[in-house]
Amino acid sequence: MLSDRATSFEFVRTLVRKRSGIVLGAEKDYLIQARLTTLSRKEGFDSITELLDQTKALLDQLDEDGHHGLGEKVVDALTTNETSFFRDQHPFECLRNHVLPDLLPRRAAERSLKIWSAACSTGQEPYSVAMVLQEHFPELRDWPVQLIASDLSTKCLERARQGRYSQMEVSRGLPAPRLAKFFSRRGLDWVVHDELRRMIDFRQINLQDQDLDLALPQLDVVFLRNVLIYFDKETSQQILGRIRRVLRPDGYLFLGGAETTLFLDDAFERVPLNQASCYRLKHHSPTTPTRSIHDALS
Amino acid sequence: MRALIIDDSRGMRSILRRMLHQLGFETEEAANGREGLERLQQIGPPELVLVDWNLPVMNGLEFIQAVRADRTYDAVPLVMVTTETELSQLSLALECGANEYMMKPFTQEILLGKLELLGLPVGGLVHV
Repeated sequence: MLSDRATSFEFVRTLVRKRSGIVLGAEKDYLIQARLTTLSRKEGFDSITELLDQTKALLDQLDEDGHHGLGEKVVDALTTNETSFFRDQHPFECLRNHVLPDLLPRRAAERSLKIWSAACSTGQEPYSVAMVLQEHFPELRDWPVQLIASDLSTKCLERARQGRYSQMEVSRGLPAPRLAKFFSRRGLDWVVHDELRRMIDFRQINLQDQDLDLALPQLDVVFLRNVLIYFDKETSQQILGRIRRVLRPDGYLFLGGAETTLFLDDAFERVPLNQASCYRLKHHSPTTPTRSIHDALS
Repeated sequence: MRALIIDDSRGMRSILRRMLHQLGFETEEAANGREGLERLQQIGPPELVLVDWNLPVMNGLEFIQAVRADRTYDAVPLVMVTTETELSQLSLALECGANEYMMKPFTQEILLGKLELLGLPVGGLVHV
């Protein structure tokens, strides 16, 4: 029995760390409380303690679908990102206006473009990337573009693959013209068109996996947004090290608005492009776009 | 920044008014499309118009068509705020000149997102 709150939360921390590598410090107690209260109600338990007792008892059993039932639900509830279409806008503007115009001429000979959305949650990020490609880079229709989207959570990936979203979800961040262009109604929900879904290769990938680079091709653009905030410094460094191995020397890495490679991995440098957290490997070629102080002041 | 709210429901106008004030807007109000056009004539082009679809006298779609026929208001972003959620209705509103479409119910966060999509500099106290 997990009699008190401290023991319960410690059990959750250990479970989440073992399954996902994500370290939930004491400052994340509010998150555990909030997310597991919701899960407890949904699963028909009277309290978090009751939910966790049952989770502990069933930890090594599989449910009828072959998943680790409650344990996986607890991990999912605590590691699932809040997300929305075109979240923060800037990275997608940067992709459209700077990154792809820079990369495509250099990839024209090999006709290859590989993009990875590394923690895609329920799919809004890779679908947003796919919409940008479809709308603004029609020349890519003849290229074998590879758009890989991964997450740790099988539940999130299943939703992402379905591409089915509630009215609330499509209301967040998605411009109405794109909703009209790329979605159909199904019942009360909105479903992404097949042409967009077919562009994306959804996979389950654990960023903690030491052999991560073996599972991925060499990539031109990596989206790793609002992921590092969940990890401690050492784990973040390991993940960035793995990203470094799969990112082509002139490729681009997008982090979340509140994230940086600074003090974590000095192989990266920030690209001075609008407000997006965009990084490249140092000593890449050709040169980074430069701006004078005059531009910044004008 | 000024926003014109057009809705026949006093409750809905009050919700939008409160949200917009928090986002740094001053607001004007009208209860139907015709009143909306009259308010526009009085105040000149505002930074934003939010208009309901189903209105007495002149509905939201007719209002949008009338505004879009007058070049004076070309730069004014028009947002349809409605319980109509069919794809055909969304497409029709956009074709007639709406810049954005906000389906009811919505939250302040959704409204804020729409204003950001329209490139409006949103300030004030934001509680999302």
